[in-house]
Amino acid sequence: MNFKLKDIGPQLMTVIAVVLVFGFFTYNAQVNMENRGIDFGYGFLSQESSFDVQFSLIEYDGSHSYFRAYLVGLLNTILVSVIGIFLATILGVLVGIARLSPNYLINKFAAFYVEFFRNIPLLLQIFFWYFAALRALPLPQDAEAMFGISFLTIKGLFVPAFIWENFNIFFYSIVAAIVAIIVIRYRAKKLQETIGKQTPVLLISIGLLFILPLLSFLIGGVRLSFEIPVLKQLATTSFIYEGGVSLPPELIALALSLSLYTATFIAECVRAGIQGVGKGQKEAAASIGLTQNQVLKLVVMPQALRIIIPPTTNQYLNLTKNSSLAAAIAYPDLVLVFAGTALMQTGKAIEIVSITMFTYLSLSISISLFMNWYNNKIAITEK
Amino acid sequence: MSKINFLKPDKSNLYTFLYLGSFLFFISVLDVLLNSFFSLNLTGFLPGFLSFLLPLILGFIGLYFIRIELSGIKHLDLLNKHINTNNFNAVLSLLIIFIILKSIPPILSWFFIDASFAGDSKDVCTGTGACWTYIKVWMRRFMYGMYPNGEQWRINLSFIALALLGSVGYFATDKFKKYLTLYYVVIYPFIAFLFIFFFISGGPIFFDFSYGIIAAILSVIIGFFIPTKFKFYYFLIVPFAIYVLLKYFIFYEELIELGKLDGLNWVETGAWGGLSLTFIISFFCLIFCFPIGMAFALGRRSGFPLIRYISIGFIEFWRGVPLITVLFMSAVMFPMFLPADFFIDKLVRCIIAISLFEAAYVAEVIRGGLQALPRGQYEAAKSLGMGYWRMHIFVILPQALKLVIPGIANTFLALVKDTPLIFVVGLLEIVGMLNLAKTNPEWLGFAMEGYVFAAIIFWIICYAMSKYSYNLEQKYKTDR
Repeated sequence: MNFKLKDIGPQLMTVIAVVLVFGFFTYNAQVNMENRGIDFGYGFLSQESSFDVQFSLIEYDGSHSYFRAYLVGLLNTILVSVIGIFLATILGVLVGIARLSPNYLINKFAAFYVEFFRNIPLLLQIFFWYFAALRALPLPQDAEAMFGISFLTIKGLFVPAFIWENFNIFFYSIVAAIVAIIVIRYRAKKLQETIGKQTPVLLISIGLLFILPLLSFLIGGVRLSFEIPVLKQLATTSFIYEGGVSLPPELIALALSLSLYTATFIAECVRAGIQGVGKGQKEAAASIGLTQNQVLKLVVMPQALRIIIPPTTNQYLNLTKNSSLAAAIAYPDLVLVFAGTALMQTGKAIEIVSITMFTYLSLSISISLFMNWYNNKIAITEK
Repeated sequence: MSKINFLKPDKSNLYTFLYLGSFLFFISVLDVLLNSFFSLNLTGFLPGFLSFLLPLILGFIGLYFIRIELSGIKHLDLLNKHINTNNFNAVLSLLIIFIILKSIPPILSWFFIDASFAGDSKDVCTGTGACWTYIKVWMRRFMYGMYPNGEQWRINLSFIALALLGSVGYFATDKFKKYLTLYYVVIYPFIAFLFIFFFISGGPIFFDFSYGIIAAILSVIIGFFIPTKFKFYYFLIVPFAIYVLLKYFIFYEELIELGKLDGLNWVETGAWGGLSLTFIISFFCLIFCFPIGMAFALGRRSGFPLIRYISIGFIEFWRGVPLITVLFMSAVMFPMFLPADFFIDKLVRCIIAISLFEAAYVAEVIRGGLQALPRGQYEAAKSLGMGYWRMHIFVILPQALKLVIPGIANTFLALVKDTPLIFVVGLLEIVGMLNLAKTNPEWLGFAMEGYVFAAIIFWIICYAMSKYSYNLEQKYKTDR
């Protein structure tokens, strides 16, 4: 007999405990819902939502379904996360490199930034930007134009809108450029491995990314024009900009604080990654005659990225999860729209909270699965 | 004196370059300094754009002149090495110096010079600076929330008592040092729980608590006179007997009537708030999340597949969702899962939710430490005949925990920074109180002061914690 009581005992007890706890909860939930006359089900998703959302990427109003409201929230969450990740990466990499600078002032300045922003709660920073800093902005009628086309006011940022003709052709041209770049990179790598010839992949890639969309303008009939926001008077003292794209102040405050906060962590990841590459590696690379740029590109960065990427992805995930703090300043993200307003209206606590959690859960699990795959791919294969 | 080439500063004309360069650099800094502190514009006669850029250009030329390698002057070499290695660095250094010079006066004037400190009404805040009067007036609310003013000594007393109890370690003699772990792990949290929850909330439960303490003290005093042989049974029975005696037969109503032990007023947890609530929540979550996290870290490394999968599921679930949805769950969903007549206080639900959430992060950190230990440690412990628990308690965990001190400290920091989120369930700690105070019609328009105040407090707490963890890490660092 391979099975021993010693092995089965603890497992059985744990499982029984877990089952008992869950059974207890489910039983209570059933009893409670019966008592309150609530029925369990996801049918409400197709019902008319009858509430409005201030800011939405897709067409939405009260006559749409709860599912549509869920999508609006999800898209807003994704929007602020993507903006935040983009800004945080740029800032984080810059600060991370500045932390390693031999220049004492730059080094200390970056260190000050990191120590300052990472030790203040994110929620406080969001409140600060939204309630204190952005409230100091001018009213729409007093705002001065930035670059003559966009306006930063207390009611948000108003930027010109792109108006495309034949947008799909432009889109296809970019897709084609990306595919071509991937093929060229692959060929260049093969070429270098077989005959050692180096191709200027970066230059070719940038060229392709410019030339193909440009061709689509010249030949494909793509037209692009801008719609510049124009000041409009609503009442004697109330003004608003019309036309163009308006970014609400909630979005600005949230994206700003998320990226400033997360950039400190990314900066630390970048610093750790670059410091993690042994000094001997750089010296060895220099001693075989590589130039400074080549050392960075061919020796340091590939090794540093291996250390940098996993924790940085973690920070991206954190940023996405932290974007749920939007609820505090009424930016209509998933939590506010769905777990807030929709829950208040329907009273379907279990269903809505579980859907919200499941959404975040699947988001993080899919990213972490992807990261595991990527990690395995770039890990050093030791013999 | 050799020929001077101004495009190439060299050592032979060291002093010419040094004086010229320092002079230009000094002029540029002086210009910005005068401009920002005394709003004098030395270069005002020039066109606006040039006047704006002139300090930068002058400073750049100055720094270029004094960039002479191995000059033999110690300070110059240090300066060159640190802020003036090449043109790019020189420009960046200049920019940073200018930014600092430019930003000092407005910050100083906002914080101190134009700020109003005196008085206790909004009328004194007429200046352009900060209105610290606002903070002064609202201080009690920011510290204690809606807790009644007359009862706030209870919070103070609890924290002072806890600090004293916690600092026992400093004064313990070597003889008692070995019991300290037991004290910190078991007894201290228990006392802290009684203290904070029952003392601060007061009410009838407080009497139970006070009887408990009296019973414990009495039984310990009597315990000195009991022979060792019976001590175990004595401590099993007598304290409870005294407690029951006190509660039901002797003290119950007489003391209140006599007015000797005027019952502490009941303060519901909804009224707790401010910075003290931040401390209370952080404290309990710290205490609870650590053992739970450790258990799940061990579970995830366990050889039993079922336990492992359950642990993985638990950890990944909590790590995958934002804290705000967890708090939502504790607020609106969790009551549905409990029997109808069973009520758990909002604050307790909150503490449970945050503890479970942070426990998942602690578990992952500890797992990292467990994985980093070489297999030899496990094998050596096993070969000495140690079982699972003995191996982990005496060999594995002490080493693994030492390795992950920075990670655990980061998790705890994240916990402290996450406490403001409890606004979701309607509890108002310091940030929540700020938002409440800001909407008070008498004190509109002082949001900035409030947030700056809270930011300073949080910054000090978090920075102190991270420095402490760094010290701890250095202290327990063992070369491997």
